Amino acid sequence: MASQHGAPPVFNNKVIAWIDHRLPIFSYLEKEYHTFPTPRNFNYFWNFGAIATLMLVLMIVTGIVLAMNYQPNAELAFASVERIMRDVPSGWLIRYMHMTGASFFFAAVYIHIFRGLYYGSYKAPRELLWMLGVVILLLMMATAFMGYVLPWGQMSFWGATVITNLFSAIPVVGDSIVTWLWGGFAVDNPTLNRFFALHYLLPFIIVGVVALHVVALHVHGSNNPLGIDPKGPQDTVPFHPYYTMKDGFGVVVFLIIYAGFVFFAPNSLGEPVNYVPANPLQTPNEIVPEWYLLPFYAILRSIPDKLGGVVCMFGSIGLLFVLPWLDTSRVRSCTFRPIYKWFVFALVVDVLVLGYCGAHSPDAVLDVGIKIPLLLVAQLGTAYYFFHFLILLPVLGKIERPLPMPPSIADAVLTKKAG
Amino acid sequence: MRRLLTTGAIALAALALGAASAETPEQLPSHEWSFKGPFGTYDRAAAQRGYQVYATVCSACHSLEMLSYRNLEQLGLTENQVKGLIADIQVDDIGDDGSTIQRAARPSDKFKKPYPNELAAASANGGKAPPDLSVIIKAREGGPNYVYGILTGFVPFDKLTPEQIKDANVTKDDNYNKYFPGHRIAMPPPLSDDKVQYADGTKATLAQEASDVVNFLAWASEPHLEDRNRTGVRVILFLIVLAGFMYAVKRQVWADQH
Repeated sequence: MASQHGAPPVFNNKVIAWIDHRLPIFSYLEKEYHTFPTPRNFNYFWNFGAIATLMLVLMIVTGIVLAMNYQPNAELAFASVERIMRDVPSGWLIRYMHMTGASFFFAAVYIHIFRGLYYGSYKAPRELLWMLGVVILLLMMATAFMGYVLPWGQMSFWGATVITNLFSAIPVVGDSIVTWLWGGFAVDNPTLNRFFALHYLLPFIIVGVVALHVVALHVHGSNNPLGIDPKGPQDTVPFHPYYTMKDGFGVVVFLIIYAGFVFFAPNSLGEPVNYVPANPLQTPNEIVPEWYLLPFYAILRSIPDKLGGVVCMFGSIGLLFVLPWLDTSRVRSCTFRPIYKWFVFALVVDVLVLGYCGAHSPDAVLDVGIKIPLLLVAQLGTAYYFFHFLILLPVLGKIERPLPMPPSIADAVLTKKAG
Repeated sequence: MRRLLTTGAIALAALALGAASAETPEQLPSHEWSFKGPFGTYDRAAAQRGYQVYATVCSACHSLEMLSYRNLEQLGLTENQVKGLIADIQVDDIGDDGSTIQRAARPSDKFKKPYPNELAAASANGGKAPPDLSVIIKAREGGPNYVYGILTGFVPFDKLTPEQIKDANVTKDDNYNKYFPGHRIAMPPPLSDDKVQYADGTKATLAQEASDVVNFLAWASEPHLEDRNRTGVRVILFLIVLAGFMYAVKRQVWADQH
């Protein structure tokens, strides 16, 4: 089954040739995952697409096994999770893989998004590819939120109450929508049942959108650290074995860190109070989401007006949809954007600060020599987040003078090697 | 109305939190637990003594409903020893004719609950049911140190400073605990010196009893911890070797491009 760049593959195995003549799956794999020309200059940030895909598969597989043993019933849910942990063979392993896997899936996706931001992967002709990615992020957030409700611990219950209550901010119909979401007048068994059904459904929709994401990716191929298009075969290598091997190595390194958490600190990323069964009559001291939602939670709480907070929270992700048109610079990669580069790092710091604010009570006070109310920090962080996308990005693209760019990828790679 | 209650509860919680973040909580006692770290294991002798403390003292009010008596075999007891431990326990069941009966507990039974239901537990304990202890070590910030702190952190009323009395708003009928958030705790001091007579002859001091029962409860919260640690060490060693091979092959593959 040897094949050259561009030429249709020839299969020596008769069965494969017979199938491929009727259903060209082998030609497709050959074209998209073997000979597919890929820029030769990827750094390790380009591993995170493969890592995120693996985590998605891992979440679905462990999730299906968990669903075989879980009871989506408010009376039984908490005990059924404990039964999985205690009596189902290797249940503890499957459940900790799933629980920790959510965190690591988000970590991989956030690094993947940072990669896209820094190297301008969202710019033409990859706008739809980027927007599909934002859809995946939103679906992941919805899935993770509903999954967190399923163990029916205190944080499950109160998190569900707080987040579903956000919809009551919608004028006129808000309260009716909340009742409709709950399936009653409070978060209760009907809520748990529908969340379980949706938590099982949404990952498969994510798989569908990921497929579209990959199809869109393979139209123009991957971006690369230089942000310039490959100009010919000297700029690319076949995807296999070059990037299958490099991705494979990156995946294993990622799995080492993941396994470290699964086996030695599985509960360190969660809240202890979620091991207390849900009690509608007792609010936990602090209602906080999982770490990967904290920055958005901080944005929500930083706005004094409820509707305003909800709009800002959804707006902070909605902005990403129009990011390709907010960035007016024609240069993709921050490698050649001497000013914007620092603002990307500033945005990362801003999101981390927002995450810190989200994890603590807004009434808390940050004591760094002088006392600063955390609410103020969150408000400044929120303001900076929107300033970055709405003002800085459009203006900077016009006034920034990019560094000179190399004529081609091969040229840059060879110069770097010689130097 | 439920909405109103919910909102009120959230507002109250926020207020309580504001107050909580203002005071610095007492530093929990830090104890060397054998089950900490990637090579941690349970101290079976301590956990067996801890079961004795639970059975003699805690089980009067606190359930352990996720556990079955057979699970005690994991602490190194034989099936017959477990049968001996539960010989005196009678549990409710339904007889062949459908009537409610009492019969001797079997290893396959769940731990017997002190109260028939949560309402009974609440009304016998001043309105709030004592928490189930099955996952208590995982369910509290500070884990084993917190539970150990609570068990050893009671201060008698006559030893309190006027300031402590005022801050915690306690009277001489209340219980003051150094480590409990807000300090006023419904549970009276459960353990004291010689509260149990250890079968293995260990001297039953308050610290010993508290430490033993925490060992027992840590096991109850996470019975597969040793298995998890062992598997984890193997998995990570395997992955590190695999990463080494992957890196070598990757270098080999890329050799002609560099």
